[in-house]
Amino acid sequence: MRRFRSLLIPGVDKKLLVRDATKLLPDPARRRFIAGGASLGALTLLTGCDVSDSFSAENLLTQISKFNDKVQAAIFNPNTLAPTYTEADITRPFPFNGYYAEEDAPDIDAEDWTFEVRGLVDNKKAWTLEELHKLPEVTQITRHICVEGWSAIGSWSGTPLRDFLKLVGADTRAKYCWFQCADVDGYNSPLDMETALHPQTQMTFKFDGKILPRKYGYPMKIRVPTKLGFKNPKYVISMEVTNDYKGGYWEDQGYNSFSGS
Amino acid sequence: MTSISASDSRAVYPSAKVVQPVWVRIVHWVNAVAMIMMIMSGWQIYNASPLFDFTFSRSITLGGWLAGGLLWHFAAMWLLMVNGLVYLVLGFATGRFRRKLLPITPSGVLADTRAALTGKLSHDDLSTYNYVQKLLYAGIIVVGIVVVLSGLSIWKPVQFQWLTAVFGGYDFARYVHFTCMALIVAFLVVHVALALLVPKSLRAMIIGR
Repeated sequence: MRRFRSLLIPGVDKKLLVRDATKLLPDPARRRFIAGGASLGALTLLTGCDVSDSFSAENLLTQISKFNDKVQAAIFNPNTLAPTYTEADITRPFPFNGYYAEEDAPDIDAEDWTFEVRGLVDNKKAWTLEELHKLPEVTQITRHICVEGWSAIGSWSGTPLRDFLKLVGADTRAKYCWFQCADVDGYNSPLDMETALHPQTQMTFKFDGKILPRKYGYPMKIRVPTKLGFKNPKYVISMEVTNDYKGGYWEDQGYNSFSGS
Repeated sequence: MTSISASDSRAVYPSAKVVQPVWVRIVHWVNAVAMIMMIMSGWQIYNASPLFDFTFSRSITLGGWLAGGLLWHFAAMWLLMVNGLVYLVLGFATGRFRRKLLPITPSGVLADTRAALTGKLSHDDLSTYNYVQKLLYAGIIVVGIVVVLSGLSIWKPVQFQWLTAVFGGYDFARYVHFTCMALIVAFLVVHVALALLVPKSLRAMIIGR
């Protein structure tokens, strides 16, 4: 690593570089917490971080990852639909996945819950679950692909996000829909507007024909079959339509932000 | 193996003609670096969701954890792909592939395999590949193409869904990608071992002669 560092960026102000790179590093306490073994999936993938030992390597890789965001946005075809499957293809049981154990998943009372809409929208009203359930419903059976590599096929029902964006008068020229979630660590994730307007991107209220169970994100999940699983937030409490890149729970820790499938 | 090196030690001092032109040497070593980064970061990614009942030791993986492995993998892929395209274009354009790798005949491969195993294969003329070399070098080019395409099919199973379908769907494509990696690693082991047994071939890949 040391040799790599000296080869890569000669003449760069090391102090500035370190300062920039440090900003990119995840909170070590959070990482220790995760590595401590909250989730089954995390056990195999989070055992430390060698990359952060080399600031300039991390910096270079981050720049390339941003370049890859642009490449993927260019590859993304808004008219290309994710392949759909039949009922018989559904993976049963569909795996629970999170950075926390299933019993630690948010336990939300619909009475206390509202979906807040903020930012570049005409109507900033908060929505109750009852109101959202009245929106037109579509169902998709698509493949969920995890950043870890595994995949599972599920059936999700809800309303297309693009219809909802139209309903609340969102400025669809904005760059992102930024979602925030109810879990302890404040999961959040930005979704680029092109993907938010994709016909299969869905505000999901049902899994496999039944009200979304707690383990899959009750009361609302955003289902994005053109993205990796971690870009499909669960237990969603708010959406902000914004031109600012606000980062995300996993994105800030190094996962590629676009992560399109 | 030992008899091959024995015959090598009896070889006459090599002529001064260029065995490996400079473009071949450059793309070879760039490919070596890119391939090793891809393999080691790929092992890191594999560990997050293993296909088989084993994982790769942390000491031989690149990236430290999944996100690091992915960052390396999707950075080194550009080096691998651009360099690989340069190699393919120049290989065809200069006629090197045709000259060096063709023809490959089953009888030739059989005869040279037998000769290699009995220690009778000559390495006097490094500029001409024997049939076993021709088969392995042509074969690894094909594997290299398949590993890139299957990788793209896993990376973009929606946008490149036709490609993913070619590899039997997302889940099967992961096995294709893994198998190609295993073939490349197997090739690498043999390739490096033989290069060390016939050191002048290694020298030719460094200084050309």
